[in-house]
Amino acid sequence: MSRADSRSLARNCAVLGMTKSDATVGAWRAYALVGPALAVIAVFFVLPLAMSAVLAFRGKTGEFTLEHFDKSWDLYRTDLMFTIGIVLLSTVLIGVVAIVIAGYLTLGENPRAVAVLRWLYRWPLFIPFIVTGQVMRTFLAKNGMLNHVLIGAGWVEPLAAQSVLDWRGIVVAFVWKQAPFVTLLLAGAMASLETQHIEAARNLGAPRWRVLIDVILPQVRGTLLVGLVLSFVTMLSVLSVPLMINPNSPTMMTVDVAYRINTHGDYAVANALCLMSLVVAGFGAWFYLRHSARSFSQ
Amino acid sequence: MSAIGTSMNAGAASSWPRMFGIALLLALFAFVIFGPLANLFLWAFAEKWYFPSKLPQEFGFTFWARVFAPRGNALASLGTSIWIALLTVLMSLIVAIPAGYALARLRLRWRSLILLAFLLPQAVPNLPVYVNIARVFYEIGLNGTILGVVLVHAAHGLVLAVWIASAAFASVDVSLEEAARNIGASPWTCFRTVTLPLAAPGLIASAIFVFLESLDEFTGTYFVGVPDVTTLPLLMFNASMGGNYQIASITALLLLVPSIAFMLVVERFLKADVLAMVGR
Repeated sequence: MSRADSRSLARNCAVLGMTKSDATVGAWRAYALVGPALAVIAVFFVLPLAMSAVLAFRGKTGEFTLEHFDKSWDLYRTDLMFTIGIVLLSTVLIGVVAIVIAGYLTLGENPRAVAVLRWLYRWPLFIPFIVTGQVMRTFLAKNGMLNHVLIGAGWVEPLAAQSVLDWRGIVVAFVWKQAPFVTLLLAGAMASLETQHIEAARNLGAPRWRVLIDVILPQVRGTLLVGLVLSFVTMLSVLSVPLMINPNSPTMMTVDVAYRINTHGDYAVANALCLMSLVVAGFGAWFYLRHSARSFSQ
Repeated sequence: MSAIGTSMNAGAASSWPRMFGIALLLALFAFVIFGPLANLFLWAFAEKWYFPSKLPQEFGFTFWARVFAPRGNALASLGTSIWIALLTVLMSLIVAIPAGYALARLRLRWRSLILLAFLLPQAVPNLPVYVNIARVFYEIGLNGTILGVVLVHAAHGLVLAVWIASAAFASVDVSLEEAARNIGASPWTCFRTVTLPLAAPGLIASAIFVFLESLDEFTGTYFVGVPDVTTLPLLMFNASMGGNYQIASITALLLLVPSIAFMLVVERFLKADVLAMVGR
């Protein structure tokens, strides 16, 4: 038996879940195949992340210090609250929008309306954040299309028209961009549910919104949570949208980080700020893990 | 009441006031989706647009001519962006195809942990990473180089590449591979002639995802690419911050075209059987 043959045998054994000694040969190869990709993540992601944690605590002479955090807290605690508020509010709104749209896609009775909605909602999905920023910068401005339409409809007096390019603009941009992503995940999960329960509930006379909340949502809670946590973390680290819509104080922490680096070359405070937003993201992850642990134990 | 409403589904859904309500809501939703895009479109073709006019005073192509001028920045940036995106795809696939194959077919301890590791760049805020990579790259002379930007983009795109590649391999029927092996194909021949072609649509989809992510990436390029690498998103950002809405809008449209084109064809490449295996 040639070496290649024995190796391929081991591989087949690994595929078919064969004996242990053969499987170890397969395992060794498997790690060799995964290795390069893992190395890229380790060197270009995990390492810089670890550096961030180290630099945030290191003083001028290399000693341990909390001064960067003191400074960050002094200068940017409003922005920290502002960031958390904006991201939380956006996450909640994204969840509501996603549930409503995915729910209608699943339970809607007018096939044409469902088809139109399915075609409509996805558009922002592939539109980059940077373009979303530019789009909203024009749409929500005082002279933007939103105000023109509101004035045209008679809902807003021409002189009362105001720019929405502040925290509200950021929230609108985030929800517009991220809600389709969560909707896509959620609608997919809803479509793969067994229809018996839904039909049973409908036959018992439950209205559609009750079926959505009581029957469907509990079964897709995991998917919804994954989508929302991913969106939460993504929004925390988006730089372009706040930079383009609301760069003045109070603003989001990402803008502060860019400012510390570009204007002051101050990597220490920038890293302290980054670490703070990591902690906020950590809360999102913790929330998710707590949920999934609970669903595993069930 | 609700019982009657639901038992008469067909009748209720086609009643006129209700149809009208649905149509109105859909129209409103269409405005929410397309209103902002329409505004961008108007800016792209506006010659003059002063407050408080609802529509541009003059339409024209002057700014398009400026963007596409042979020595304009935009074409150079577009070229840079596409070149970076292609290299990023190449680099991601080179490491993602073996990894995806191993994750789908071979026995790995901590398999789910490894899958999760690739999710890290999407699940952890990227800013600290870019900030420190930029610092290190600056010291070793990689800042402001194409290679530096490609490395950053590839690390971020790997989760898509690996997860989709793994799903694509997992959706290939094992019995086809076994058949090939049974009639004497070597593992490599079997992989090359059976597994790879069958997984190709999924791999192409992952390549396109990585391409688009690289094309649209801003934050990493903002920190690592300065001052010499100007991609299209960076050009758009500079134009917008400089108050040149026409140039910014035209550049934004250029960025939108590949994304939307992909959205319209994605389902051709990413079949449901592959989608169902993503992340498993």
